[in-house]
Amino acid sequence: MHEAEIYAKLTEIFRDIFDDDSIILSANTTALDIPRWDSVNHINLTVAAENAFGIEFGSSDLEELRNVGDLVAAIKRKIR
Amino acid sequence: MPRFTWLPNDPDWPRTFASLPEGEPRWPALQALANSQIDFLATVKLDRRLCESPTEIGPEPIRLALLSSCTVDQLLPGLRIAALRRGMRLDIHVPDYGQYRQAILDPQSSLTLFRPQVILFSIDARAMVGNRFITEPDAAESHLTCRTNELSSLWRVALDRFGAQVIQQTILPIFSNLMGAAEYRVPGSPAAMVDSVNDKLRALAFASHVDTLALDQRVRRDGISSWHNPVLWNHAKQDVSPAAAPMYGELALRVIAARRGRSAKCLVLDLDNTLWGGAIGDDGLEGIVLGQGTARGEGFLQFQHYAKALAQRGVILAVCSKNDEANAREAFEKHPEMVLRESDIAAFIANWDDKATNLRRIAAELNIGLESLVFVDDNPFERNIVRRELCEVKVPELPEDPSLFDVTISDAGYFEALEITSEDLSRGTSYQVSRTLRRGDVATSDLEGYLADLEMQLIWKRLDHNSLKRITQLINKTNQFNLTTRRYTEAEMAAIAENPDALGLYLRLVDRHADHGIIGVLIGQRRSDGALEMDSWLMSCRVLGRGVERATLSILVDQARRRGDCAIIGRYRPTPKNGMVRDLYSRLGFNFVRVEGEEETIWTLDPATAVIDVSNFSIKEITNA
Repeated sequence: MHEAEIYAKLTEIFRDIFDDDSIILSANTTALDIPRWDSVNHINLTVAAENAFGIEFGSSDLEELRNVGDLVAAIKRKIR
Repeated sequence: MPRFTWLPNDPDWPRTFASLPEGEPRWPALQALANSQIDFLATVKLDRRLCESPTEIGPEPIRLALLSSCTVDQLLPGLRIAALRRGMRLDIHVPDYGQYRQAILDPQSSLTLFRPQVILFSIDARAMVGNRFITEPDAAESHLTCRTNELSSLWRVALDRFGAQVIQQTILPIFSNLMGAAEYRVPGSPAAMVDSVNDKLRALAFASHVDTLALDQRVRRDGISSWHNPVLWNHAKQDVSPAAAPMYGELALRVIAARRGRSAKCLVLDLDNTLWGGAIGDDGLEGIVLGQGTARGEGFLQFQHYAKALAQRGVILAVCSKNDEANAREAFEKHPEMVLRESDIAAFIANWDDKATNLRRIAAELNIGLESLVFVDDNPFERNIVRRELCEVKVPELPEDPSLFDVTISDAGYFEALEITSEDLSRGTSYQVSRTLRRGDVATSDLEGYLADLEMQLIWKRLDHNSLKRITQLINKTNQFNLTTRRYTEAEMAAIAENPDALGLYLRLVDRHADHGIIGVLIGQRRSDGALEMDSWLMSCRVLGRGVERATLSILVDQARRRGDCAIIGRYRPTPKNGMVRDLYSRLGFNFVRVEGEEETIWTLDPATAVIDVSNFSIKEITNA
């Protein structure tokens, strides 16, 4: 899967969870950029990404997620 | 993830959700969205809309305190949406992380200010049994006894301080086996300890009037990996995964709603392709598929056995079918494989009218509300039309295969029940008799003569400990003949029973056809001016239309005279369901005093001069002495 496809799918998930159609993701997007991105929604995001991409994150994957770029990298590792 | 298979899957859900007006959505629109098959993300989104909407649009919220040993924020949307699904609203309080003991024990805690009506203990396996293997079986046993006793002392404080409904979640079986099949040989293994602690919790909860939320039971259906993700536990101390949170809320709300008398009471069954395969009108007695010989026929049989067993534990059965009545009844009378018999069916309607009309008739015939009906029909057209016409009626989706009918009804949890009494176990028969009686009403032109021939005995008793369970159950589920609709816990009822100034009594009706069991409750409180104010008066609708209310009043007047009360004060608090008793006090000869608050009415009767006609009844008191 190309990075662009991953971004497109993730954008959909983000817009859905945060109920905000104006969200545009970049590798540098962090929780500070999205007001409702709290710890509960952070877990919700990872579970939604697991379902959408048919993957399962491990403990170390979850620890390395500092921004959207990290999330995309983790997804890429898993679907390879 | 655990799925809501009985709810319809609405492909238009995202569009309907998006079209909700910002700010002030209508309550029914939100409730309809909660009654679709939605996943945890949709649940979170819908919850956000619910929380943003003004509280005035919904009913009065119920205050729920969620006391937990771990992270529970992910559970809140599922709880609130499960409440919304039932037309209820929750106000949830979560004490600081890990502070559940302090919250209960400290009278200055924020929990005290919150005044919870429901307290749910959500304890994870590690907090409950620990994660170490205790090699000595005796040490394991005393460890568990110590842990469960500590928890039950918290329950007691919760019950005493708040008079709330207390719910204990059973422990999720998350631990790996040490032995395998012979795990029971190491009683101190964490996995074995979770199993035994759940048994202990159930027994203790029963003895302490605490309800249980049986997560372990649902895990048997879904598998533990649908409920608990070890990665998320280590990452965020979530015992229940977000994906399972909507089901967690659903299971919890069943217990909360059941305590408030909001479980369904009647299973209404279609016939063709629901109780048997094929159409009895077209295929005839020999042509329908039922029973031995085919897997499909066995499936219908299995469903009939389930319906029969539900009836035996107190669920009312009814039939609603598009058929000629004679054809429909013939299957019940003559088909050798039928498990259900006409005597199991409290209301039997087979005709060609639309089903919404017939469901209204069934509710009227049985004297129960439409929201007490669960309508099971294999035909999606009929299901949808009933959903549209009668949004109160519960209409589960039904799978194609009859082998899966019973598990679908069971999963849907419509008939959640917290207690079982001997009354429940004989209710099916009692409704059957009521139905025969009401039919008799139509045929007999002389109703008075009929009632006189019934040899009715109204037997009453003061509130006592033996009956508290049944009385509390009746108080909390009676909606129609209920003058004030005040709900009480068993502990509160015990306090009333022990208060010498209060008058608390209950009534049983027996006639020549049936023992109707406990059918009414009266609670009066003495006011400072020497009058007796009726705090509660309620009666089961099974015994309407026989003058039981007048006979009940005669007991009340007699007691007021003996107590020396200067007046009997009646109060009517209107609800959406109790319109049938709006004029009760007026009909019974009370004088109107005034309107209080919005629309409560106050009535008075002088016990010294009241004359009450109680022909048709013999009345007697039973004392414990």
